[in-house]
Amino acid sequence: MTTIETPPAAAPPRKAATVTRAGDRVFAAMSRGSGILLLVVMAAIAVFLTVRAASAISKDHGNFLTTFEWTPSLNPPVFGIAVLAYGTVVSSIIAMLIAVPIALGIALFITHYAPRRLGGPIAYVIDLLAAVPSIIYGLWGALFLVPHLKGLNLWLDNYLSWTVIFHKSDPNSAARSLFTVGILLAIMILPIITNVSREVINQVPKMHQEAALALGATRWEVIRLSVLPFARSGVISASMLGLGRALGETMAVATVLSASPVLSAHILDPVGGTFSQNIVAKFGEADEFGRDALIASGLVLFVITLLVNGAARLIIARRKEYSGANA
Amino acid sequence: MKLQRKSGLQALTVGAVAISGALLLTGCGSDNNSGSSSPSSSSSASGSSTANASGISCVQGQILASGSSAQQNAIEAWVKNYQQACSGATINYKTSSSGEGIIDFNQGTDAFAGSDSPLKPEEVAASKKVCATGQGINIPMVGGPIAIGYNLPGVNNLVLDASTIAKIFNGKITTWNDKAIKALNPSATLPSTKIQTVHRQDDSGTTDNLTKYMHGAAAADWPYEHAKAWAAHGGQAAAKSSGVSALVKQTEGSIGYFELSYATSQSIPTVKIATGASQPVEATTQNASAGIAQAKVVGTGSDLALDLSAAYTTKADNAYPIVLVTYEIACDKGNKASTLPLTKSFLNYIASDSGQQQLSSAGYAPLPTEIATKVRSTISTLS
Repeated sequence: MTTIETPPAAAPPRKAATVTRAGDRVFAAMSRGSGILLLVVMAAIAVFLTVRAASAISKDHGNFLTTFEWTPSLNPPVFGIAVLAYGTVVSSIIAMLIAVPIALGIALFITHYAPRRLGGPIAYVIDLLAAVPSIIYGLWGALFLVPHLKGLNLWLDNYLSWTVIFHKSDPNSAARSLFTVGILLAIMILPIITNVSREVINQVPKMHQEAALALGATRWEVIRLSVLPFARSGVISASMLGLGRALGETMAVATVLSASPVLSAHILDPVGGTFSQNIVAKFGEADEFGRDALIASGLVLFVITLLVNGAARLIIARRKEYSGANA
Repeated sequence: MKLQRKSGLQALTVGAVAISGALLLTGCGSDNNSGSSSPSSSSSASGSSTANASGISCVQGQILASGSSAQQNAIEAWVKNYQQACSGATINYKTSSSGEGIIDFNQGTDAFAGSDSPLKPEEVAASKKVCATGQGINIPMVGGPIAIGYNLPGVNNLVLDASTIAKIFNGKITTWNDKAIKALNPSATLPSTKIQTVHRQDDSGTTDNLTKYMHGAAAADWPYEHAKAWAAHGGQAAAKSSGVSALVKQTEGSIGYFELSYATSQSIPTVKIATGASQPVEATTQNASAGIAQAKVVGTGSDLALDLSAAYTTKADNAYPIVLVTYEIACDKGNKASTLPLTKSFLNYIASDSGQQQLSSAGYAPLPTEIATKVRSTISTLS
């Protein structure tokens, strides 16, 4: 696909370090220590979660993976993560579907289309979005977004009801659904995806782009042929960072979503729940056992996040040969 | 060169992913420590007590307490008054939840805890470790009506009874012009709007007390046991009383439950309850006190745990049946010598007539006289 040839980058010759000074050793020790500390912290968290979770799951009288209800205080205790896992994944997918194209668009606009005068302020405003605390997003979502999405909900229900996804069981119910949560999450993860994508796109070698222009490519063709292939893996990384935030978001979801232990394919219905939302809703009045049960759900979120990050690394690794990173 | 720049960027994103993951997880994990990480119950209270103009016999020192958010506004007002009258006294009430308050108390970090339901037997057993020679007891202190608020333009003075309330929240009555509602409100023009019920998404003592009422007064229509988590299906859920009341205020045709102060502050109309009394009973602090007066003390010894089931089914005039009572939890014997004088003095003040009179203005119900007398005598025996 790429027809542009670049001269191979001449790697600077490496010299073996023959002289070591105290500063070298101190710095090496410090950076090694930081790396080890990170691993120790992660391991400690994993052990803590696993031990507490195992004790709770072993006393669960429902199936931990398929039960809808979350009632660890009942006798016998019954709780499961089916609704929470579904809600977490669905709301994050909606957020990604909305946020990634928009973020990529903004990043390309700032780097390639906007005059410099305009690009700077836009980047600045996007940065501001990242500084808003999530509880503020939650309040804005509950008090402004929910009432104003009613029209869109009715429209979707009217015309797209046949898709099942956009069927709304009770058209009058408030729009406190996974769909609304997804929109809110999209706004929240927009800045991180935009910023990292912009940085990556800025790294695309000018030579590639100028070569494409010289071959008679239009601006869109330059972006398609030289910018996007080079930036692809970086944009995927950026999206995964955003996805990480969407998966774990707590207060905004808890404020907006009308949580209930119902698993529904209709994303406009005010039902469902997410891991973090459930933790924040149930933690206050939970006894020791209830807390262990919540920790068990936290462990599942931990695993999901690991899987997502692993999948992202896999995608990036497979795309590498096309990405221009080897140019 | 390019290669290096790229791999540097990649390393950066890997690091960022790892760090954000770690932050996320420590976020989950650190919640758990909030109970145990608070500093150990503090400091000295000198025994010097002096009576002053406001009738408070002051004790200096510092105590920690924590628990129910249902009594938050009442405690805040009392602490302010007490500390104004008594310089040198610091009472630090951390508002969290009843569950966390009891955990704090049983770990020995609290001088007293606030809870909107009495201690369970296993919690009493756990308290014996902290109260060396005694055990934790429930001292009722703050009463309150749970208001049923609704949003139905054109309809004022809505009257419901226990059975219709239970059927509405259980999804058995789905439209506002249902026969059962019509029968209780013959003169009102009820719309055919669908009823949107709103309940608490978080576990809550308010839910616990409402479901106790519905189960106690209309067990056939509310088959679930009382619980802090909402058991019925359907309806919408919102976080905290503020979220429920905001949603009711926002949504036409909705009905929800919250403490009276939320209804008053946002001017949400509240349901009058047809209890079988000569008139439907309005949710007011005075009527709630009359409701609580029906309650029986079921605690043994100095424990004053109340059984409110008589209040749920009362037919007395002007006695509001949907009430909750928050308890202060302390040791009957074996309170820490360093915190006992100030704890006793503060509890004495809030149980006194002048203390209880503060409650109505904040939307709470003062304790009825008979219970208040028992409370005061129990507080005087704390040791």
